[in-house]
Amino acid sequence: MSVDPAVVRRIAHLARIAVEDKEIERLNGEINAILAFVEALGSVDVAGVEPIASVLPMQMKKRPDVVDDGGIVDDILANAPAREDNYFVVPKVVE
Amino acid sequence: MSDLTHLSLAEARDALKSKKISAHELTRAHIDAMEAARALNCFITETPELALRQAGQSDAKIARGEAGPLEGLPLGIKDLYCTKGVRTTAASHILGDFTPTYESTVSANLLRDGAVSLGKLNLDEFAMGSSNETSAFGPVISPWRRRGDPSAKIVPGGSSGGSSAAVAARLCLGATATDTGGSIRQPAAFTGTVGMKPTYGRCSRWGIVAFASSLDQAGPIARTVRDSAIMLRSMAGHDPRDTTSVDAPVPDYEKALGASLKGRRIGVPKEYRLDGLSSEILALWDQGVAWLKDAGAEIVEISLPHTKFALPTYYIIAPAEASSNLARYDGVRYGIRETGRDISGMYEKTRAKGFGPEVRRRIMIGTYVLSAGYYDAYYVRAQKVRSLIKHDFDAVFDAGVDAVLTPATPSPAFAQGEQGATDPVEMYLNDVFTVTVNMAGLPGVSVPGGLAANGLPLGLQLIGRPFDEETLFTLAGAIEQAAPKIDYPQAWWRGI
Repeated sequence: MSVDPAVVRRIAHLARIAVEDKEIERLNGEINAILAFVEALGSVDVAGVEPIASVLPMQMKKRPDVVDDGGIVDDILANAPAREDNYFVVPKVVE
Repeated sequence: MSDLTHLSLAEARDALKSKKISAHELTRAHIDAMEAARALNCFITETPELALRQAGQSDAKIARGEAGPLEGLPLGIKDLYCTKGVRTTAASHILGDFTPTYESTVSANLLRDGAVSLGKLNLDEFAMGSSNETSAFGPVISPWRRRGDPSAKIVPGGSSGGSSAAVAARLCLGATATDTGGSIRQPAAFTGTVGMKPTYGRCSRWGIVAFASSLDQAGPIARTVRDSAIMLRSMAGHDPRDTTSVDAPVPDYEKALGASLKGRRIGVPKEYRLDGLSSEILALWDQGVAWLKDAGAEIVEISLPHTKFALPTYYIIAPAEASSNLARYDGVRYGIRETGRDISGMYEKTRAKGFGPEVRRRIMIGTYVLSAGYYDAYYVRAQKVRSLIKHDFDAVFDAGVDAVLTPATPSPAFAQGEQGATDPVEMYLNDVFTVTVNMAGLPGVSVPGGLAANGLPLGLQLIGRPFDEETLFTLAGAIEQAAPKIDYPQAWWRGI
């Protein structure tokens, strides 16, 4: 499988990365080189093989369902590019 | 003592314990070395005042007889580990001046045990790279030089290139690193240092900037096997904040050094004899086999039939997980923000400006292989092949093999700009011997085996059973004993 410029634009949009027109051709080539490289997997017989879920047979540990953290609003907002009171500020989302 | 930076971590520990030296003078010597080595670009952020303050506390604790296992030992921290109050960048512009309000579990464990932190070490952006050339803060230059070619800027490997270069240049006694496809072992091999990637789950990933969560694991780079064993003991351990960290006791790894190799079975996988592999690497591998045999181990040929699919599998799974993990960098909660027409425009412009080309490329590949219509063909198939790669190792260990010996890399280090300029896949091939280990979650160590004809170091890799890092330290120690002693480069970089 390979991608074309239209697919590259769609991937960039899905990934929320702005791409300039002049970059499309180069990206298209690079992505196709990587896709050609992973093409080898098509030759592996995976009939009856389960996709891996975890490298180690391990039960996930659980903890009591209680609040054990919080009250750290200033910590959470400390690195925000824009804040107002106890909120992150973003451009208007709803018209 | 003439130059305190020439001590190993274990020697420095013992000299501190017997009060032959102070933590202050040991730290001062390393700060001087760090500041004189800026031409190598190992550190993104230096923290000399913090280090001297910590050293003062260590001297007080040593005087009171309360020294921890790493008391007063100056280390470097890969800038992928969040450090409280110290800027953390992941070598990316997108994090801006992000300054964590918390400390990663592994670096907190080191501080708990008395370590001194000299600063934050350079790396490939978000740990994506094999040469440290993708860092937004510029490439790291290895202290090593090719014989007869002093002008070539040699890469220290990647992604933990700041860690490997700083340790080889004696700027710190040891360094933290992380390994997703070879990012501890390949830079260690390129710089004549020892790099241990422990079993997945051995160290907590909490507070380490995530790349590919099912593959990422923390580990040390140091100049000797003993030093890496000492560091890992402090770094490892269960952490309730990482549900994949394992609740099992951490052994005293140092005790594994010097154990007998009698009766140990070492597997040599025939599939690693790649077409076109250089005679130099093959000779090193044969030499490694001979060293272990001479030390009493039994050598058996083994087969890991799915080896050649490991790298293609990696280049689906790692970008897929990265595209998901890196979705968080959106200009809202931390890092830089670019303005856009609307919120979507803000996201797109922020991410275009903040991420470098390699990171953008991997996010896009990951986005593609997870997208509707391609998910089964790429991602699910890769997860199945990953099962087969793991089964290969399971079968070998079930048959009584204790560890596997391979070369660490297919070549010695190269110079800046020599690889990957036209085809990204060329750079990816650096990890051909290391990436299988991450696929199967196993421990792996890279240990120096000698020098290539061009004067640059070469490494051997040992792969172990899950949670059997002790056997790897034993075997790596035996290779270290048998191999020619590594003479780290003289400080040609001072005063540049």
